[in-house]
Amino acid sequence: MLVVCCGNPDRGDDAAGAFVARRLREMGIDAREHSGDALSLIDTWQGADEVVLVDAVVTGRRAGTVSVWDTLESPVAGRPRIGSSHALGLAEAIAISRTLGGLPRRLTLYGIEARRFEMGEPPSKAVLRGVERAARKVYEHCIDQRRPAV
Amino acid sequence: MNGKAATKVSNSRSIKVDYLARVEGEGSIQVKLKGDQVQDVQFGIFEPPRLFEAFLRGRHYLEVPDIVARICGICPVAYQMSAVNALERILDIAVDPAVQLLRRLIYCGEWIESHALHVFMLHAPDFLGFPDAIRMAAEHRELVELALRLKKIGNQLMIVLGGREIHPISVTVGGFYKVPTKADLRALVDDLVWARDTSIAAVRIVAGLDFPDFEQDYEFVALSHPSEYPLNEGRLLSNRGLDIDVSEFNGQFMEQHVKHSNALHCRLRERGSYLVGPLARFNLNFDKLPEAAQQVARECGVAPPCLNPFRSIVVRAVELVFACEEALRLIAQYEPPAAPRVEAPVRAGTGHGASEAPRGVLYHRYEIDEHGLIVNAQIVPPTAQNQKRIEDDLWRFVPQLTALSLDKITAKCEQAVRNYDPCISCATHFVKVERIP
Repeated sequence: MLVVCCGNPDRGDDAAGAFVARRLREMGIDAREHSGDALSLIDTWQGADEVVLVDAVVTGRRAGTVSVWDTLESPVAGRPRIGSSHALGLAEAIAISRTLGGLPRRLTLYGIEARRFEMGEPPSKAVLRGVERAARKVYEHCIDQRRPAV
Repeated sequence: MNGKAATKVSNSRSIKVDYLARVEGEGSIQVKLKGDQVQDVQFGIFEPPRLFEAFLRGRHYLEVPDIVARICGICPVAYQMSAVNALERILDIAVDPAVQLLRRLIYCGEWIESHALHVFMLHAPDFLGFPDAIRMAAEHRELVELALRLKKIGNQLMIVLGGREIHPISVTVGGFYKVPTKADLRALVDDLVWARDTSIAAVRIVAGLDFPDFEQDYEFVALSHPSEYPLNEGRLLSNRGLDIDVSEFNGQFMEQHVKHSNALHCRLRERGSYLVGPLARFNLNFDKLPEAAQQVARECGVAPPCLNPFRSIVVRAVELVFACEEALRLIAQYEPPAAPRVEAPVRAGTGHGASEAPRGVLYHRYEIDEHGLIVNAQIVPPTAQNQKRIEDDLWRFVPQLTALSLDKITAKCEQAVRNYDPCISCATHFVKVERIP
């Protein structure tokens, strides 16, 4: 299983993914930090059977809320461009990868609700609490996958 | 049409694109038409104002390359190079020629990544009639696969020289923290040969696209070096007589606040808007391109002066050929430096640096005190310099379009903005998720 945590650690709540990666490594899970660049994501998950993605998301819920999506079952829709600097994001990466035939068999997104994205600012306390919750959920996800089926 | 509005009230028409897609960052364009007359054009950047200049104050100069790399996820090397150039001028550091070579080489990696992304994934859909790269991938799978492989090769150069593919960590004032071995670089050669040959083919592909009939009388501004196509060194030149050392930047250019944008507009003091980026570099430095790049450009009917901004997609592809060919040349010449970096005693002073980001000239100025702490920083990115020029293009381009529907005018305006590959903020990302029934 591949665990990929996206975000910019120097940009407010966008640091959530990177912070989860660091926490997961402390817990013994091999988690990669990633910029979130779509083309690089496609390359990163090429050939992987199962991928867990962790990222800051904006859905209108309370800051720090952790949500989980099976992204192959419930498509991650496009969104207004506000807040994003990436020309192509996760939704585009999944769509392009699907077209090219390189999607993993399972792709789960753990999203941490984010609100503030100022340059050079730390993540909010609510998001830091979300980071801890997300790290625990991803840890359990990984451990569950390692358990032999009964 | 997400984030877009096209309205008609009496004989007034307003075209507004709130969230400009397929550019790096947050931008909007607003064009107001009355009858067939353009009444107003505003290209806005509504990211929060850049805080990095303030953020750098009080930090030690050695921290600067790592901090400024965070400004942009697409062109971190450019920020690092302009910064180290400025700081090394203050400290009077002359770096080893092998270090200069490696800096040029890592810059090639960034150009390959950035140009491959823009040519194939961001700009090509406009010309081929697709709303985005996803829809384009279904019919032009080969273009997307080509972009992915080219970008990966650029990434590899960044990883070998910078320690990772984004926000490199090995660049420092005076050199690198770690330099590659000759074998590390030789391992990249086969991929770069493929990338060069593919880029030559790509020039031919994009040169065959349909281009609007639109030429402008631009003032092009780019770095120029006596013997090299500009990347990391040179004087600032224009086609209208500008020829200055980088330290004279503020004497010739001025930054202005405009109400509708959070980024400062930059103008030449005497002459107003100007253009930086691939078209400027190409037109001012064509003779410094390697023969393979010059040859395919001529074969495809693109030669200086190229005054049609829509042909910038071809020029970017020509620069891809250059970046691959240059990387191969540099790797063939490489001998590791005696020391990866040189140090110099700290002293107070002010220094200026510039380099050619994929989108154009990136200027930095730093003032440091006797302890090496930053007193003042000034960063002028290429997109800020092109903002006024983008507006000027739209003022002149839209009158050609007034017979079209508002949706088509809107799409053409977006395409015209993407001619500049504007990099508006970079380095943040998150997703807004909607559940689709």
